[in-house]
Amino acid sequence: MHKKSCIFKLRKYKILLLMLLPALIYTLIFSYLPMAGIVLAFKNYNYADGIFKSPWSGFENFRFFFSSGQAFKVTRNTILYNLAFMVVNTLLQLAVAIFLSEIKGKIFKKTAQSVMFLPYFISWVIVSVIAFNFLSYDYGIINSFLSSMGLNKIDFYGTPKYWIGILIFFNAWKGIGYGSVIYLSAIMGIDTEMYESAEIDGANIFQRIFYITVPSLVPTIIILLLLAVGQIFRGNFDMFYQLVGTNGILFDITDVIDTFTFRALIRSNDVGMAAASGLYQSVFCFITIVTTNYLVKRYEKDYSLF
Amino acid sequence: MKKGRTDVLIFNITGYFITGLVALVCLVPFIMVLSASFSEEKLVLKDGFSLLPRNFSLDAYKTVFEKPEIIGRAYLVTIVLTITGTILGLFLTSMTGYVLQRKDFDWRNRFSFFFYFTTLFSGGLVPYYILMVRYLRLKDSYLALLLPLLFNVFNLIIMKSYMSGIPVAFTEAAIIDGCGDFSIYYRIILPLSKPVLATVGLFIALAYWNDWYNSMLYINDELKYTLQYFLYMRINNIEAYKKIIAQSGGQVGSFIELPTQTLRMALTVVVTGPIILAYPLAQKYFVKGITIGAVKG
Repeated sequence: MHKKSCIFKLRKYKILLLMLLPALIYTLIFSYLPMAGIVLAFKNYNYADGIFKSPWSGFENFRFFFSSGQAFKVTRNTILYNLAFMVVNTLLQLAVAIFLSEIKGKIFKKTAQSVMFLPYFISWVIVSVIAFNFLSYDYGIINSFLSSMGLNKIDFYGTPKYWIGILIFFNAWKGIGYGSVIYLSAIMGIDTEMYESAEIDGANIFQRIFYITVPSLVPTIIILLLLAVGQIFRGNFDMFYQLVGTNGILFDITDVIDTFTFRALIRSNDVGMAAASGLYQSVFCFITIVTTNYLVKRYEKDYSLF
Repeated sequence: MKKGRTDVLIFNITGYFITGLVALVCLVPFIMVLSASFSEEKLVLKDGFSLLPRNFSLDAYKTVFEKPEIIGRAYLVTIVLTITGTILGLFLTSMTGYVLQRKDFDWRNRFSFFFYFTTLFSGGLVPYYILMVRYLRLKDSYLALLLPLLFNVFNLIIMKSYMSGIPVAFTEAAIIDGCGDFSIYYRIILPLSKPVLATVGLFIALAYWNDWYNSMLYINDELKYTLQYFLYMRINNIEAYKKIIAQSGGQVGSFIELPTQTLRMALTVVVTGPIILAYPLAQKYFVKGITIGAVKG
């Protein structure tokens, strides 16, 4: 009986299944097949033997990854930067969204929003040129200004301590347009009746914002923060690689798991180490994403993925 | 009444100031790059970059356009890649999204999970790279630039949630007329999905246009560089670029006379150009897309 209904359904869904086939094959090849390759983290890979014939090496790759202190460093950097980005971006985007929603000048609002979206559309390669324009020791605008004031120049590209701020700045700069729109659309969804009755009760604008707008936005903020926490083990490769480049002096402060893995694979050809750090990242990402998704589901059912 | 006016005033002053400042900070860097590209190299080398051009000069641009085919090639590769990828990607994503939102498709949750699971766990860079290079043999292949960005779950979700909002009434009439599943998708759902197709299409197009990562991983052939990777390679080795231009024996002068810093800025402007002009049009669709996407997480 079961077999009959299965074949019956196959016939019924024949075209639908055919329509799904391309994406299924694509996902199978590019997402599921590589999962089998995680064994590389436990092998001593050489090109000739390929993935399956290369000799096993147990936890050797991991041992080096952890004992060299690299694991701790890049993990610390990845997590701390993501936390900093979350805090700074949320505050900035919220503030901008609230202001944009309340101030009246239409032309100003439209222009400001458009201009703020500009950084979102360019690539990080272009941002690295902009950064150079500002930070270069010989030609950067900051240093020209400093020396014209008779002050000492600052060697940004040679001094790690400035980069926490630099990276936070550019990350915020690039995302302000996109992020403020999310909060802005959430604000648009707030019931205006509450504002009207608050005004009648004599609330001033600051009170209206702090007692109505912000509390109404809390669900959105929490969901976005939870989703961001789910990605806390993923670094923004494009940004870190383009801004920092191959400038080894800065790596202690700026290296994240993604850039570390990339360099281990492409520059050092250390496949074992790269596979180990990659697997390490995937496992922790899995844990954090599943956990935060579960929390999102418990908090607000509609927003979860599953 | 007076109290109400002062708090609004303070708020407005703060509001206009802060948003104006943020907008300015977003704009000024572009102006600086633009100014630097129109500056005289000698003055930049001496005094550095500035907000306004140092002694207006077209030298940097003259150098770039001395051999326009170099950057022209990168443009061609990128444009063809973007158009092909966007069309194919849209087709793939919309078709899949349509099937997964068909409420009469009993297996849709299982297949959806198959796709969604890939956002939970990934094999990582190393297996993916080895797959592409050793097993699929895509090193230095255009396919290596096309395939990675074709389809992703984020776009699939957007597509699926939009399509599930299309009233069943539209398809019911077609089913009665004997329309097959694919025809319903192609003749009815697609035309009704123009807004989401525009939004997702722009997401895909932007991803292709700005991609440099896949070029860095898989492409060694200079003729196959995409725009952003071209820019990356050239600005990090501007001397090599200058050599090519100098050897063309044109009017720009010898290698020593060619600009360097302003040249890098001019290259950046030429690469960025179209995006600045096109993005206001795209912005509208992006905002719509973010709203749909944000609501559905």
